[in-house]
Order: sequence, then C-alpha cells, then structure tokens
Amino acid sequence: MLEPDAPFREPWEARVFACAVVAVERLGVPYDEFRDRLKRAIALDPERPYFESWMDALEQFTGAPSIGWCAVNTALCS
Amino acid sequence: MTDHHGRAEAGPAQRAAALEALIVEKGLASTDAIDAVVENFERDVGPHHGARMVARAWVDPAYRERLLADATAAAAELGYGGMEGEHVVALENTSTVHNVVVCTLCSCYPWPILGIPPVWYKSEPYRARVVATPRAVLAEMGLDLEPGIEIRVWDSSANVRYLVVPMRPAGSEALDEPALAALVTRDAMIGTAVVNAP
Repeated sequence: MLEPDAPFREPWEARVFACAVVAVERLGVPYDEFRDRLKRAIALDPERPYFESWMDALEQFTGAPSIGWCAVNTALCS
Repeated sequence: MTDHHGRAEAGPAQRAAALEALIVEKGLASTDAIDAVVENFERDVGPHHGARMVARAWVDPAYRERLLADATAAAAELGYGGMEGEHVVALENTSTVHNVVVCTLCSCYPWPILGIPPVWYKSEPYRARVVATPRAVLAEMGLDLEPGIEIRVWDSSANVRYLVVPMRPAGSEALDEPALAALVTRDAMIGTAVVNAP
C-alpha cells in the first residue's frame, strides 16, 4: 500500500498546489472554499491520483475550466 | 505519450501547465508568486519546524504545557504559522497510548509545522484503512506496537489539525534540544513511526 514518501511525485504537482495557495490568497477567501471542492472531487473518484482531483477542484475554484485542458487535448474534447 | 492511433495524448503534466497558464492569464496568480510558494515549501517550511516544537517540549516542561494547551500558539512562539496552521491540537503519546493522524476526506495537515503531506498520506488506501485497522496499517508501515498499547486514530478536518508528540526515546538524556530535534521524523509526528535514540 505504500505510496511514495515525498510530498509530490512530479514537479507539476507542486505547481498546481502552489496555484491554489496563491489563488486562495489573491481572492481573499478562506481555504475551506477550495477544500470543499477538493473533498467533492476526491469523493467522485477516490482512487484517482490525488493531484488530478486537485486540478478538478482548482479548475472549478478559479473558474478556469477545461478550456485549458481542451486546448492541449483536442482529441478528447472535440 | 501517444495513444494507439499515434496521436499525441495530453497527460496530467500538460493539463497542469495549461491550467497554470489560464490562472495567470485570469490574474489569479503570478508566475513569480507561484514560484515563491513552491520554493517556500521546498526550502523553508517542513517537518523540521514540528520537530523543533517536539524537542522543545521534551526539554522544557512549561513549553510542553503550552503546546498541549494550544499548539497553534506554541507554534507561533517559534515563529511558525499561516495557512492551514490554525487550530492545531498536539496529541501526546505515552507508554500506554499511541496516537495516529489521518484525513479521511481529503488531506488536512498542519502545513506550517509539517510541510506538505507525503503522497501516501493523501492516498486512498491509507485514508480508507487506518481508521478501521490501524494496528495492521502501522505494522505494514514498519511500526509494530505492543498489543497492550491503545491506538487512537484522529481524523483531521477543516476545524482541527493534529501534531503527534512522540515519546522521547530512552537513552537520549544527554542530548540537547537541537540534537533531539534531529531525531524527530515527520512520520513520528503523524504517528506512523516512533522516535528512536541514535
């Protein structure tokens, strides 16, 4: 059951983590508003890698939805 | 990465890059601010903060009292605080009680004193299993507790985050506070390990 010991498995995980921290501060809202979205994203698919749920929550929280995802992945979004 | 048609398939790293670019474009974060947070958590914030608090509590009974009464205030005494550092509760291990911390719903964790939680803490197997079968999960992680020791599992939440204060190891009487702090691991402060003398 042991997952890696480090906080992040990949550099992009640290980037999206930091995006949420900065956006929460910039918007001046409690971190709980992000956390609630994160909890829901995890609950929807509990076994998915944690930071993929984090990205779902971050997209919803920032109102920066899957436009970005589609921009790099037209095959899936067209 | 390509799919079976040979088309480029975007992985999570590309999705993350696109998302970061959008967030910057919307003015919700600057690249500099994102860099600064990453650097802060890579270099400055981490379990060495919590380890210093534990070692201080071992050598200073008055600090121990303050830590057990209000861990957020005890952290602030040493200059530690900030996002996710509110409402921290210290749980002291004894010869009869061992505490272990989880966040079953997401990943609540006292960032200013422990840094960012390890991947396994955020993983579904740990979150799902440690509440139901703590002794077995701890054993899998290398911690075999005597049957007579009671294990208490604490579920973190938005309202409260925990710091486990491990027992000071036998044979460490001659060590000073910095030497003791060097013995205290992150896992010992989550409760999935104990502190051993050098």
